[in-house]
Amino acid sequence: MAEFRLPPNSRYKKGKSHPAPAGAQKAKTFQVYRYDPDSGENPRVDSYEVDTAACGPMVLDALIKIKTEVDAGLTFRRSCREGICGSCAMNIDGTNTLACIKPIAEVKGPIKVFPLPHMPVVKDLVPDLTHVYAQYASIEPWLKTTTPPPGNRERLQSPEERAKLDGLYECILCFCCTTSCPSYWWNSDRYLGPAILLQAYRWLVDSRDEATGERLDELEDPFRLYRCHTIMNCTKTCPKGLNPAKAIAETKKMMQARRG
Amino acid sequence: MTLRSPLGRARGLGSAKEGTHHWWMQRVTAVALVPLMILLVGFLPVAAAAGYNGFLQLMQDPITATVLTLAVIAGLYHMKLGLQVVIEDYVHHEGAKTILLVLSALGASTIGAVSLVSIFMLAL
Repeated sequence: MAEFRLPPNSRYKKGKSHPAPAGAQKAKTFQVYRYDPDSGENPRVDSYEVDTAACGPMVLDALIKIKTEVDAGLTFRRSCREGICGSCAMNIDGTNTLACIKPIAEVKGPIKVFPLPHMPVVKDLVPDLTHVYAQYASIEPWLKTTTPPPGNRERLQSPEERAKLDGLYECILCFCCTTSCPSYWWNSDRYLGPAILLQAYRWLVDSRDEATGERLDELEDPFRLYRCHTIMNCTKTCPKGLNPAKAIAETKKMMQARRG
Repeated sequence: MTLRSPLGRARGLGSAKEGTHHWWMQRVTAVALVPLMILLVGFLPVAAAAGYNGFLQLMQDPITATVLTLAVIAGLYHMKLGLQVVIEDYVHHEGAKTILLVLSALGASTIGAVSLVSIFMLAL
């Protein structure tokens, strides 16, 4: 059966408290999920009071401040700090988003910071993304053609054909959507999830691609595609404002269109 | 423990090359059930108020029998398709899943057969 509770060794308990530094002007509490696989202990939630008057505006700024000034052991992924690399995807205040573009001021009260839901945790806020990356590889996300390319220039697209990729090419593969999807939680071994299906659709509608039929063949499956039950968490949570649910619906329409 | 590569695990047993028919029929039966359920719900108080002989007369009307037949077929087919999704979503033990899928299909067929035979016996 689907598991509705965390396994016993994944249930978190209350951790340490780190009070605000003396002279803090605007203290804000961050409750951060901590897990150290080497300790053999259950995860815990540590509490940090951060002086937001002496900190950048985003949640990532606060995490970096905590790591620099309070607790060097706090582990998280980050790179670009402007919402384009997708590294700092995590669950903040109950919603999957990118820590670097989530303003601290948007959250009232203590800010809960957890790793992306329902993924194996490597350490603290770092999820193991091996399987989603393998699923991404499984849809063969590259241009597939039989026709050789024109001799001295690129393969052309009309402006209308190029416009079909808008809202798709912007996906940064942060997996906020995939890890927000209950259907993916229960059946991630076989269901591809919204991020991968949006990427699959990006190649299905690329006018230059010549493998549309084979791509649809590979998706034609009760689990790979049809575990999507239009729950719409994906579209609600996408930090880039994209619409994976629509991409999936369009894929289903393509499936039906080639049948009759 | 498995030493199978991540890509091997992601590809699994490959695509089943089906699923669209199931998805499409769920939608078709859902659309069919909109008028059928309105008619069925409208029919119930009339049938309840008609008395024994009045009810028999109602059931011998070909339009009533046709609407009831369609409602039973579309409703139970829709139920079977929906139950299948619920079972596939939540039951992960292969044996239990197979048994439940077979039982739900047989259950829907049995209820359907009983309903249709009853409608025809009253109608003819």
